[in-house]
Amino acid sequence: MGLKRKTADLKKRMREAIKGGGSQAIKKQKAIGKKTARERILSILDAKSFHEYDLFVEHAGRDFDMDKKFLPGDGVITGTGTINGHPVCIYAQDFTVAGGSLGWAHAKKITKIMDHAMKLKTPIIGINDSGGARIQEGVNALAGYGEIFYRNTQASGVIPQISVILGPCAGGAVYSPALTDFVFVVEGVSKMFITGPEVIKTVLGEEITMEELGGAWVHSETTGNAHFFARSEEECFDQIKNLISFIPWNNDKTAERFPKKPPKTKQYNIDDIMPADPRQPYDVRDVIKSISDDSEFFEIQEYFAANIVIGFARIAGQTVGFVANQPLVLAGVLDVDSSDKAARFIRYCDSFNIPLVTLVDLPGYLPGIDQEHAGVIRHGAKVLYAYSEATVPKITVIMRKAYGGGYIAMCSHHLRADFVCAWPTAEIAVMGPEGAANIIFRNEIKNAENPDEIRKQKIKEYKDKFANPYVAAAYGYIDAVIEPKETRSFLIHALEISSQKSQAVPRKKHGIPPF
Amino acid sequence: MSETKISQTTTKKMSYKSLLIENIKYRTLLTEKYKNKKPYVPKNEKVFQAFIPGTVTEIFIKPKKRVKEGDSLLVLEAMKMRNVIMSPVSGTIKSVYVSTGERVKKNDILLEFE
Repeated sequence: MGLKRKTADLKKRMREAIKGGGSQAIKKQKAIGKKTARERILSILDAKSFHEYDLFVEHAGRDFDMDKKFLPGDGVITGTGTINGHPVCIYAQDFTVAGGSLGWAHAKKITKIMDHAMKLKTPIIGINDSGGARIQEGVNALAGYGEIFYRNTQASGVIPQISVILGPCAGGAVYSPALTDFVFVVEGVSKMFITGPEVIKTVLGEEITMEELGGAWVHSETTGNAHFFARSEEECFDQIKNLISFIPWNNDKTAERFPKKPPKTKQYNIDDIMPADPRQPYDVRDVIKSISDDSEFFEIQEYFAANIVIGFARIAGQTVGFVANQPLVLAGVLDVDSSDKAARFIRYCDSFNIPLVTLVDLPGYLPGIDQEHAGVIRHGAKVLYAYSEATVPKITVIMRKAYGGGYIAMCSHHLRADFVCAWPTAEIAVMGPEGAANIIFRNEIKNAENPDEIRKQKIKEYKDKFANPYVAAAYGYIDAVIEPKETRSFLIHALEISSQKSQAVPRKKHGIPPF
Repeated sequence: MSETKISQTTTKKMSYKSLLIENIKYRTLLTEKYKNKKPYVPKNEKVFQAFIPGTVTEIFIKPKKRVKEGDSLLVLEAMKMRNVIMSPVSGTIKSVYVSTGERVKKNDILLEFE
């Protein structure tokens, strides 16, 4: 047999394998608005950059007549490619082949590409669209999941791990996305849950639709399991490409530097955004945009715990992670969810050498029985832990309120911020004037002839004396008081000067954060 | 469904509420989760609720019966398990709100002590 014939044979084999589940199954996939696994990979990667691995892998099922079945690629496509020139490893489960079910060979393909990503030190992107474990393969399917979860954990903090949920991802399978850094979901397409609506109905007698139980919106707004919400697969792929531009390939590198661009100051004028009255709301994202390159802010978990804002932006071309209290929502308080959200992001930035910029304006912690019973002590502690542990450059801007425990938690000098500056509007105090005056002058107010007047007077006294940045400045707890319009140049300088920051940490295997 | 929810934070027309923290009223938006949180109900020791949804398969007591702590009250079959529910207190049964074979939801009141 000559080369020509051998090549023809190869092409024929490839055609067979690439067909996936066949035209009928592909038609079904498309009818519900989903792309095929191969289309998804090709849409995410740069044109002609995809190199497939293990196209000819065959499934390992031997029982229940499975040995007579041919499952092209065993229901998963794996390979390498680039996104705007950044190398990535990628896999996509193919729902058209046996419902994308995970058998031993399917899992083996995934773990192989994961090992590859770890060795090559590139991000790994996993596209999930699977009915779950291939029941016919029994315990081997479970073994497959376990091997994936172990690798997710080992790779955590070493290479960026991205999960894209483009179909069902149910039962044990959900734990791979949950262990990764970023989870992308698409409205009407993504479905994630441990136990589905049918089981819930049979066992508990409660009825709920799949979308309401574990759809894209639920995970974006309520559970916080998802980080990015999109209305279409195309929008989702753009989000992935954008994310890749902000993060480094691995934990030994820093993110790609871009040319410096000024913010759009006409649209976002820092002097006009924040009302001086600490009780009035504004959108802190406008402040971020007013100091970021090209006013571009890539927000993460936009709809979950919106009382804190997290995300990436660039300052003078360098990626930074923003953590900002959002006075627009719940007055910007820290609570169970916002603490969780911020703490995880802080640890992400620390793992991947991304400097942290913290914008502070919060009244403290959210009061409530529900909060206390939900363990706000443990969750709130995560923020303290994450900031204290982080050794990347930490820059804090106190814009307005920084009261009580909230002041400490939001990357204060005491948690080893490298630079802390405050605007003249800052109020750094143990609590708000109204609360403090009521406690300190309790007796005077109580015994006064006209308590309300005395209370007002005492609140004003306290406000004049303590509701400013100068008490903290006098102790050196803040490094400088700056005008808002100086913020960007302050940040550029701070980033420049801390570019070689190196901080020793006590020798330990790992800490015990309040998970 | 999600259309309206998302637009809340993106449109200019916002429905601000006030949130009280340490005697200061803040003007702000509330989250769906905050709005939907259930008010706290103090525990009523006299009322006995289902801790899990299931089916009542046997009832051992009736009104006016005196029971000791640990006595069997009823059987609640749930999650494929036959749960024998024992009395948490010693006392007299005031009323029984369920009958044999009845399906109950979580937190449904099963019976009440005097």
